Amino acid sequence: MGDAAKVREIRALIAAHKRWDLAFAMLGLLALMVGVLTFVALFGQMAIEGAPRLSWDFFTHFPSRKPDQAGILSAWVGSTLVMIVTAATAVPLGVGAGVYLEEYAPRNWMTDLIEINVTNLAGVPSIVYGLLALGLFVYQFGLGQSILTAGLTLGLLILPVVIVATREAIRGIPAAIREGAYALGASKWQTTSDHILPYSMAGIMTGVIIGMARAIGETAPVITIGALTFIAFLPAAPFTGDPPAGLFDWIMSPFTVMPIQMFNWTSRPEAAFHQNAAAAGLVLVVMTLSMNALAIYIRYRLRKNIKW
Amino acid sequence: MPENFVSDRLARRQVRHTKERAIESILFLAAFVSVATTVGIVVILLKESFVFFQQVSLWDFLTDTQWTPLFADAHYGIVPLLSGTLVSTAVALLVAIPLGTIIAVYLSEFAPFTVREVAKPFLEMLGGVPTIVYGYFALLFVTPLLQMLYPGLPGFNLLSAGLVMGIMIIPYVSSVSEDAMRAVPMALREGSYAMGATRFQTAIRVVTPAAFSGIAAAYILGISRAVGETMILAVAAGMQPRLTWNPLEPAATITAYIVQVALGDLPHGSIGYQTIFAAGLTLALVTLLFNVLGHILRKRYRQAY
Repeated sequence: MGDAAKVREIRALIAAHKRWDLAFAMLGLLALMVGVLTFVALFGQMAIEGAPRLSWDFFTHFPSRKPDQAGILSAWVGSTLVMIVTAATAVPLGVGAGVYLEEYAPRNWMTDLIEINVTNLAGVPSIVYGLLALGLFVYQFGLGQSILTAGLTLGLLILPVVIVATREAIRGIPAAIREGAYALGASKWQTTSDHILPYSMAGIMTGVIIGMARAIGETAPVITIGALTFIAFLPAAPFTGDPPAGLFDWIMSPFTVMPIQMFNWTSRPEAAFHQNAAAAGLVLVVMTLSMNALAIYIRYRLRKNIKW
Repeated sequence: MPENFVSDRLARRQVRHTKERAIESILFLAAFVSVATTVGIVVILLKESFVFFQQVSLWDFLTDTQWTPLFADAHYGIVPLLSGTLVSTAVALLVAIPLGTIIAVYLSEFAPFTVREVAKPFLEMLGGVPTIVYGYFALLFVTPLLQMLYPGLPGFNLLSAGLVMGIMIIPYVSSVSEDAMRAVPMALREGSYAMGATRFQTAIRVVTPAAFSGIAAAYILGISRAVGETMILAVAAGMQPRLTWNPLEPAATITAYIVQVALGDLPHGSIGYQTIFAAGLTLALVTLLFNVLGHILRKRYRQAY
C-alpha cells in the first residue's frame, strides 16, 4: 500500500468519525425537539380548546352543573388562600432550617441526621404527604379538611426546596463577610440577620418562588386530605360572619383549589366540561410558568450582578 | 461608679448571650421539623397499616391477585396495583431514559453556549408544568392520537399515561445527568482529544463512564418520580385495579387507588380508609428502596478527582 492510499484511508476514517459527531449532535437536537414539540402541543391544544371560555365571567362564577356557566371563582380564591398558609409555613421554617444548617449547626450526628432527612424528604412522593396530613392534621389534630390543613401539607412538601435554596445561597457568601462582621464585634445573629440573610435574599427568593409554583400545581396531596371538588361558596372574609368573627376564620373553611377543579372537569364525560378544564389548565400553566420564569430571571440577574 | 458600669455591661452581655442562645434554639427547631415530618410519615403509615394487617394477613396482601376492598367480596391483594405501577413506570422510563440521556450528553458535550442557555431554562419549565395538566394532555390529546394509530385502544390506558409521564421526567433525568457529566474534569476530555478522539468518542467512552454514578442516580430519581406520580395516571389510566402487564389496557396504580378512595367519602377508621395507608406504605417502601439504591450506587461508583 502506498503512502497516498494510507492518507486517503485515514482521511476517510476521520470523515466517518466526523459524520458520527454530526449525527449525534442532530440526535441531541431531535431529542430536545421532542420536549419542545410536546410542550407546544400541550399548550396549543389547551389554548385552542380553552381560550374561548376565558372571560371575566369565568373568573367570577362558581362551578356549576351547566358547563357554559361554570367558573373558577372558588378555585382561584382557594388556591390563593392555601398559598398564603403554605408560604407562611415554608418560608420561616425553610429559611430557619437553612440558616441553622449553614451557620449554626455543629458537626455531629444530629446535623447529619437532619441533612440526610432533607435529602430523603425531597424524594418522598407527594401523595404520601397527603396521607401524613390525612392521618395527622385532619384526624389527630382535628384540623379538618380546611385551608389550614392544605397549607400546612403543601408547606411541608416544599420545605426541602426552600431549605436547599437557602443553603446554596448562603454558601455563596465568602467567609470574609462573616469575619468582617465578627471583627466589628457583631454577634452571630447580628451577622446573620444584617449580612448573611440580606445578601442571600435573591437566592432564597428563587427557591421560594419555585417551591410555590410547585405547590400551586400539586393536586394529589390536596385530594388525599379530602378537599371537596364542588364548592359554591367563598371562605368568610375577615371579621364577617357569626360573632365572634375574627381575622382568621377563613383558615378553617372548606375549600377547593385550581388543580382539583381542573381534575374534576377533566374526569367528566361531557366535552363541554373539557373546555372548562382546558381554560382552567391554561390559567394554571400560565401561573406556574410565569412564576418559574421569574425565578429563572432572578437567578440569571443574580449570577450576572454579584461578584464578590 | 466604675463597678456599676462594669456590672451593667456584664448584664447586657448576659442578655445578649441568652438572646443568642434562644435564637439558636428556634433555628434548630425549624431544622428539626424535617426530621419530625419523616417520623410523622413513618408513624402514621405504620399505625394505620398495623390496624389493616390485623384484619388482612400479609400473605394475602402479597399473593392475592385481586384488589377489591370496597366490594362485598373483598380481596386485598396489592399485586394488581403494583402491576399497574410497574407497567406505567416501565413505559415512562423507555421514553425518559434514552431521551434524557441523549439530551444530557448533547447539552454537556456538544451544544453551543447559546443553545444550552435557552434549553436549560426550557427543560426546567417542562418540569414545572403541573401534573394535572399533563394528565389532561394524556387523556384528551395523546390517547385520541394513539387511537388513530391503533383503533382498538381503550379511552383509559397505561400507554398514553406512561408516555406523557416519560416526557414529564425527562428534565429530572437530563439535568442530574448533565450535572454529573459537567463535573468530570476537563483534563480527561483534553487527554482524550489529544489522542485524536472525536467529541462523540470522548462523550461515550470517557465522559459517560466517568460520570456513571451521577447518571445512575439520575435514572433512580426518574424511577422514583414515576412510581410516585399520581395525577397523570389517575386521569388517563383509569382507576380500575386489574392485574395486567399490557400497557394497552387500563389499570389503576397504587397512587391512583389512593386518589380514588380519597375522592369518595369513606368513614374514618373503616377498612377502606386503612387500605390507602397500606397502599401508601407499599409506595413509600418501593420509593425508599430506589432512593437507597441510588445512594449506594452513588457511593460505590463515585470517582474522586
